[in-house]
Amino acid sequence: MSDHNSETHLGHVLPLGLLLKVFFALVGLTVLTVVTGKMDLYGMDLSVAMIIATVKASLVCLIFMHLKWDKPFHGMIFLFSVMFVGLFLAFLTLDTGQYQDDIREKLAHDIHASGLDEVQPEEAHVEKAVPEGEGSDH
Amino acid sequence: MSTTTTAAQGDDHGHGHDDHPKHLAHHFESLEQQFDAGKLGIWSFLLTEVLFFSALFVAYTMYRSNYPEVFQYASQFLDTNMGALNTIVLLLSSFTIAWGVRNAMLGQLGLLKMNLVITLLCAGGFMMIKKMEYEHKFHEGTLWSGNVNTIFRLDPNDVPEDMKHHSTAWDNRNGEFTMAVKDLDPEFRQKLGIFFGIYFCLTGLHGIHVLIGMILMIWLLIRAMKGEFGPTNFNAVDFGALYWHLVDLIWIFLFPLLYLIS
Repeated sequence: MSDHNSETHLGHVLPLGLLLKVFFALVGLTVLTVVTGKMDLYGMDLSVAMIIATVKASLVCLIFMHLKWDKPFHGMIFLFSVMFVGLFLAFLTLDTGQYQDDIREKLAHDIHASGLDEVQPEEAHVEKAVPEGEGSDH
Repeated sequence: MSTTTTAAQGDDHGHGHDDHPKHLAHHFESLEQQFDAGKLGIWSFLLTEVLFFSALFVAYTMYRSNYPEVFQYASQFLDTNMGALNTIVLLLSSFTIAWGVRNAMLGQLGLLKMNLVITLLCAGGFMMIKKMEYEHKFHEGTLWSGNVNTIFRLDPNDVPEDMKHHSTAWDNRNGEFTMAVKDLDPEFRQKLGIFFGIYFCLTGLHGIHVLIGMILMIWLLIRAMKGEFGPTNFNAVDFGALYWHLVDLIWIFLFPLLYLIS
């Protein structure tokens, strides 16, 4: 590309061909993630979806957001934010098991308050009661 | 006083810089310094944006890891085609704004205006599709927990007719709920609202960012119409585009996390 970085010293001018390639790659990966999302991947579904999303995100960051040609410091700022999200997630994952009993108690209380527990067991009772009733007749 | 004002409007801004580039603010030494300062600023802002959204992503992870079956079931109520279409629309807008930055750098104002308009239209299209999805959810009653009008909280026998017929889970031919809504136990039903709460918070916050992005595009378009951008003055387009790409990045993760749970 002749216009590569020649018109201006301020930023890097991306060739249109590259932008188009990235766009079509992103669309292709979106189709791929929908297709794999509908398949049964034996518990790997989430990992596959996240890998595809990360590849897409990297394309957007490196090319569309110029990080590949930008000062490394800007990429570092972005990576730091992602690292802190990882830390955030890690600490909460350690913590989440602590409150499961309280949550279960609260849920049971809410269900009782909304009256839903009175609806369901009756239905279940009726369904079960019918064959029993038939059985006693015979 | 009046002479200073007149001088300030003149070519040398009234402070004697003869070689002062037109778009260089007074407090910067050079255009490079001005550009770098702005770039550092926008990247710092994007860092805060990532952390801002991370709270909701972490909430998502916590609830999904604790109630995987709830997420799997509730996700069926989201329309994958609508989500995929919105992903493509947003990717297209990301491409046009990246092209727009190229146009601004090369001084191609006509193309820049075209790309800003396409980006704006895509953003509007995204919001229209989102609005259709939201409306459907309100009609069929798949809402956040705490809201009484969800099909999950009501007794399956007295769900209003209107709600039934809008529901993804209602089979019109047989006149009953499919996807086993009627067989769900109360605790499970109670938890379904958690998924939709997270869905509305995440997509809602993202939608607000899209709306802000649209305002940004309109501002850039007005400036482009005034012929303001060129090889030494494209900072606003570049930084606006970086923000827009971040909005796209968030959606890239939201789409599989919300719509594609199998």
